[in-house]
Amino acid sequence: MKSRKRSRFGETWHRLKKNKAAVIGLVVVIIVLFVAIFAPFLAPYPYDEQDLSNTYAKPSKEHLLGTDKFGRDNLSRLIWGSRNSLIMGLGCVALGTLFGITIGSIAGYFGGRVDIVIMRIMDVFSCVPMLLMCVVIAAILGPSIQNAILAIAISTTPSCARLIRANILTVRDKEFVEAAKAIDAKSPHIILRHILPNAIAPTIVATTMNIGNSIISGATLSFIGLGAQPPLAEWGAMLSEGRNYMRQHMELVLYPGICIMITVLAFNLLGDGLRDALDPRLKN
Amino acid sequence: MESNVLLEVKDLKVEYHTDETVVHAVNGVSLTLREGETLGLVGETGAGKTTIARTILGILPKPQGHVTQGEIIFEGRNLLELSEKEMRKIRGDKIAMIFQDPMTALNPIERVGDQITEAIRLHNKISHAEAVLRSMDMLEMVGIPKERYPEFPHQFSGGMKQRVVIAMALACNPKLLLADEPTTALDVTIQAQVLALMRDLTKRLGTSVILITHDLGVVASTCQSVAVAYAGEIVEYGTVYHIFNNPLHPYTKGLFDSLPDLDVSKKRLKPIRGMMPDPTNLPEGCTFCERCDYAMEICARKKPAVYEPEQGHTVRCFLAERRVTDGAFAGSAASEKVL
Amino acid sequence: MAPLLEVQHLKKYFKTPRGMLHAVDDVSFTLDAGKTLGVVGESGCGKSTLGRTILHLTDATDGKILFEGRDITYPTRRELSQLRQNMQIIFQDPYSSLNPRMSVSETIMEPLKLSKKYSKAEMIERTKELMATVGLAERFWNIYPHELDGGRRQRIGIARALALGPKFIVCDEPVSALDVSIQAQILNLMLDLQEERNLTYIFITHDLSVVKYISDEIMVMYLGQVVEKAPSHELFRNTLHPYSKALLSAIPIPKVDAQRELIPMKGEVTSPINPRPGCRFTARCPYVEEKCHEPQVLEEIMPNHFVSCCRCREINEISETVKGRN
Repeated sequence: MKSRKRSRFGETWHRLKKNKAAVIGLVVVIIVLFVAIFAPFLAPYPYDEQDLSNTYAKPSKEHLLGTDKFGRDNLSRLIWGSRNSLIMGLGCVALGTLFGITIGSIAGYFGGRVDIVIMRIMDVFSCVPMLLMCVVIAAILGPSIQNAILAIAISTTPSCARLIRANILTVRDKEFVEAAKAIDAKSPHIILRHILPNAIAPTIVATTMNIGNSIISGATLSFIGLGAQPPLAEWGAMLSEGRNYMRQHMELVLYPGICIMITVLAFNLLGDGLRDALDPRLKN
Repeated sequence: MESNVLLEVKDLKVEYHTDETVVHAVNGVSLTLREGETLGLVGETGAGKTTIARTILGILPKPQGHVTQGEIIFEGRNLLELSEKEMRKIRGDKIAMIFQDPMTALNPIERVGDQITEAIRLHNKISHAEAVLRSMDMLEMVGIPKERYPEFPHQFSGGMKQRVVIAMALACNPKLLLADEPTTALDVTIQAQVLALMRDLTKRLGTSVILITHDLGVVASTCQSVAVAYAGEIVEYGTVYHIFNNPLHPYTKGLFDSLPDLDVSKKRLKPIRGMMPDPTNLPEGCTFCERCDYAMEICARKKPAVYEPEQGHTVRCFLAERRVTDGAFAGSAASEKVL
Repeated sequence: MAPLLEVQHLKKYFKTPRGMLHAVDDVSFTLDAGKTLGVVGESGCGKSTLGRTILHLTDATDGKILFEGRDITYPTRRELSQLRQNMQIIFQDPYSSLNPRMSVSETIMEPLKLSKKYSKAEMIERTKELMATVGLAERFWNIYPHELDGGRRQRIGIARALALGPKFIVCDEPVSALDVSIQAQILNLMLDLQEERNLTYIFITHDLSVVKYISDEIMVMYLGQVVEKAPSHELFRNTLHPYSKALLSAIPIPKVDAQRELIPMKGEVTSPINPRPGCRFTARCPYVEEKCHEPQVLEEIMPNHFVSCCRCREINEISETVKGRN
């Protein structure tokens, strides 16, 4: 009936383009990604270069956003910080989603006892508060960005696995899966070629939304000293360092705070837009 | 049967506006429905049947749906000019609708009896106790024991659910019932029961019905008059005798030929070739031209007018014009409504 | 010649929280190559489960399935691969039976790819042939199913089923979701294919007019059991089981003033969970008697005409002397 020749992706993109908020989100996300990737070239100073003779400097030509208590350039630290913050946000989500998809697809596709055992284990995991998990992991492996990522990833896994499992359950009983069995396709082929591609759309949305949360979680961990370690620049860590001087030098918490807010908002707008664009009910 | 006209749809046009295309769903449809009459609106997917019903009830999907032309006169008032508040009074009270899937009309977490009671109280100022009694009567009327009043929809089978929906639709004794494929989702034996029930009830209550269906068999057993819809137009309109015994439009004929006949054994069916035209890009001439075995040179160029080769039997086809002018039928003169 | 397919006392039960669901209960039939067996019944009568059990999309609970004389009830992995090239299925819903993420050519090519028998060039060649066979223009090669109408989608499903050159196809309501004019196109296509390739069909449907048109023999099922089985014309001319009669009388006929008595049938289909012995139609049957509650046998009342009803002769006034062939 329709003569428009457009792939699924093309159609999603086409609808996403119409959503102004999502486009703004996308643009901001791209800018932040760009800044994070090219931080060494964009930052005017190294993130840890101290100048104790010039602490708490007001914005000037040399230091566009001033300096902190060690005389380090705020702008440079924010730029470098974007890198670590994004690594934490994206890393947690990537790892968590990978765990979630694997565990969720196995539970969903095979069902029965496999499903029950796996999902009960997931239930146990989701009972442990994230912060507690991080404290435990930090206690065992030592506080670092990697370990914080691992901790957050583990704590996001159950929800992702549950989501994937639910979607797989709806796709599993579709006739095209039965058709694949009838043409003698084996389980891994059916999962990878027929089920996952059709169950993954809601996960993409959830994942995008999760990046925002994970950035906040990462910042939280750094804030309480379990994430990025000084002198590494990370927005959460910067907030933490700045909080003692909030009265006198509000900008020290304001800058990283605004960065976190804008980035998280951008990811959430993009996630919202993606959900609308992927939702077939809004089609036509 | 010379009773009063209840509903008159005049030259209705409805469009759906999507991102970059305009879907011409209904293109100049005119219908007349008398009191107590059952009209079958037949056609295939995408013929615009449901859109016509939705427009009458004023529930076109917003913001895509637009009525661009026409009038819907119901009891002397043009429904298209009424405010949403006035329409809400008419909906459910004077005009009710039944959908294909009964679950769209039933709230899964509310007792079926309460749902009927609520429908009654919405349009009638009576006490709760009175309404409960009346809804129990309604249940009995559609063949469900009133003991099942406090049950939930999921405790009913598909056929029972559709009965509940019918009870709910008829609870306020509407003048007009729009039934959109009410039995398509049901098994044949259940379909026969539900159709018999609808026939019986609407006759008893004097309700006029527009029965939307793709099944010519259902029409033959239920309706007095038939409108055949194709690509948003009514291509043929008449009594069941006109349509079933003397179909004139090639599309109507094609529909009958496509059906496997229980009484006659044939080697092959005679399908209509091709498909319905794209409603975003309708042809200039007759919409059926491309699939028509009798297509003439003029058909691709010009839209055929509505001709009346027999009294009360109208056809949108140039072949019918010939019949009119040749005087093959002793009917009245052709109505010259060239659109 | 041995029949292509032989099914003996096939049973498929499902465990449900409320008890055993007897989806298919002791069904037997034989089917010769090149013929079509129509399976008719209302939703929940087990007709789809029957087809899926024969194809091993679900395992049989009990009974025997023979294909070309070999017992295939419990096949090994290798036998199953072999079987799936010979037995295929066409589904009802042309929307959910195609993977929305795969283009037309990918869908049709998939069985060829999985069989690992063809080179890339051969696969493309064969896919083109298949598309031409089912009447799909080559311009649809890279099109996705959601861009096509129901009739064309069903053609993709048929092409996929034909890809490996099967001998036997289960057609599970292949035209129920289509408009009448398109339905006729697809039915004609299926008949053409049957003639060309000597295909054997099991045609599952709830639509009696369609089944009469396409089948050589018809089997009427009610709650997992066969209630009547007869050659197509015989069944329509001489319907014997009360359920088949009611079913037949309920079909809306597209003729005005069709002279027909509607045979009343009380209530609705009862549950197939833990059914009691005896005729399962008793709850709705107008002729029910004491002896109906005893187990019934599928008896050859007329030559090749089997009915499972103990009152069949009384109801239809058939004398005891009319017996089936031995």
